[in-house]
Amino acid sequence: MPTELQSRAQRHTSRMTRANDGISLNDVSRAYRDQRGASVQALAGISLYADHGELLAVVGPSGCGKTTLLELICGLQTPDRGVLQCAPAALMPQRDLLLPWLSALDNAALALRIAGRSRAAARAQAADLFAELGLQGFEQAHPHELSGGMRQRVAFLRTLLSGKPVLCLDEPFGALDAITRAEMQAWLDRALQREPRTVVLVTHDVEEAVVLADRVAVLSPRPGRLRVEIEVDLPRPRSRTDVTVVALRERALHALGMEDS
Amino acid sequence: MRRSVVNALPAIVLAAALLGAWELYADSGATSSSILPAPHTIAQSLWSNAGLLSHNLLVTGEEVALGLALALALGFALGVLIHLSPALRRACYPLTVGSQAVPIAVIAPLLVFLLGFGLLPKLIVIVLICFFPVVVTTVDGLAAVDPDQLKLLRTLDASRLQAFRFAELPAALPAAISGARIAVTVGVIGAYIAESQTATSGAYAGLGHEINADLSSLQTARAYAAAVVLFAFAIACFYTLSLVERRLAPWANQSRGDLR
Repeated sequence: MPTELQSRAQRHTSRMTRANDGISLNDVSRAYRDQRGASVQALAGISLYADHGELLAVVGPSGCGKTTLLELICGLQTPDRGVLQCAPAALMPQRDLLLPWLSALDNAALALRIAGRSRAAARAQAADLFAELGLQGFEQAHPHELSGGMRQRVAFLRTLLSGKPVLCLDEPFGALDAITRAEMQAWLDRALQREPRTVVLVTHDVEEAVVLADRVAVLSPRPGRLRVEIEVDLPRPRSRTDVTVVALRERALHALGMEDS
Repeated sequence: MRRSVVNALPAIVLAAALLGAWELYADSGATSSSILPAPHTIAQSLWSNAGLLSHNLLVTGEEVALGLALALALGFALGVLIHLSPALRRACYPLTVGSQAVPIAVIAPLLVFLLGFGLLPKLIVIVLICFFPVVVTTVDGLAAVDPDQLKLLRTLDASRLQAFRFAELPAALPAAISGARIAVTVGVIGAYIAESQTATSGAYAGLGHEINADLSSLQTARAYAAAVVLFAFAIACFYTLSLVERRLAPWANQSRGDLR
């Protein structure tokens, strides 16, 4: 796909110059040391961007450096090589990592407490969103009393309330059953319509990527390189049985080297 | 209510069986009652000396409660310092371990010499015995905090202090109480040692002192009765702390709820 890569590069350079709430990686590489001290190349010369309000999905095989990518964007690591420009980003990790000793409401309001808000003010602000996200009545519940889907919603709310323009979601629905996952995808879609943010969504699920994203970046196995980037220019909400969605999904699967069976 | 009776049943059956065997052995005349009195003699002594024993229990109970509280506070603080500073860990940990090998009986008279006949030397003995398990469980509790959790807090711009306040402190507090639960049983022995080794000026000198005095005056049944009170007191302390731990960390006890 040389033409697509070319046009992507052109768009990329034009967007690099804009100061906005998006992210832009230009030829970024990153290695880490494994437990035995050997150097492992996680990402090799990767270029990606997402404009303000866009959802960029990143799919790839296990160990393609997706988590490293998110940690770079969130400032937990710095690139060995290349340029990373990025607005402040909040991470929603793969495991929800809710604090077991805080109520659902206090977990959601954690970022506000850290920012120095009083307990009452933080709770009030989080409570407004609780009802909106279908969590009303569970404000005082502790994480172990919540279902998996609810925990993910609280974790998402915590990320959202950090007030950061970029949200990094690391396989947010990977551990959920298929029905809950579909519900959560629809819910995330609506939540982002209401509260637009720049989102980097790392996922194993190609269908999820195509249904939710403005653009899908397919990475190669380690070291992670960009294989193909697929624009998804379709109206929302999208149906997973839509002909175009299915066609794009097959293109992404093909790029991953997995034929749809 | 019925469930708690069912839960307590094995303990009651075991205790009854042991007491029964003891009673039979003592009644058989194999040993003198001044060495091993029968349980019913001890029970009689317990009843007729209830006033004396309860006064002594108050003295010992105060020593143990204060000593344990102090050990909990000091042990927790030291655990936190050891966790936060690798230099302090290297400096303090060997000494903390070594403090457990100090022969208490040797330094107790020295403490009396330095600090007098009051509560203070006894407290020091109990703290010295109790604070070690608290330090170890606190350090382990702090180290057991998920590193991903701390990473997440960093992305939310938490300072080191805030990470401690929101993630590490709440994780370590129940761990420290758990350590105190281990400590309280040896703490009761500590109180006995403290009372045996340090003279007291008060009217009642505590259960440990009572046991020693009764043994030397051949009031064996009363010495055993005092030991029974200590025994019950240690059990009560242990379960009180279990209750406190469950209150503080209801999330941690989901899978081990039957330690009642």
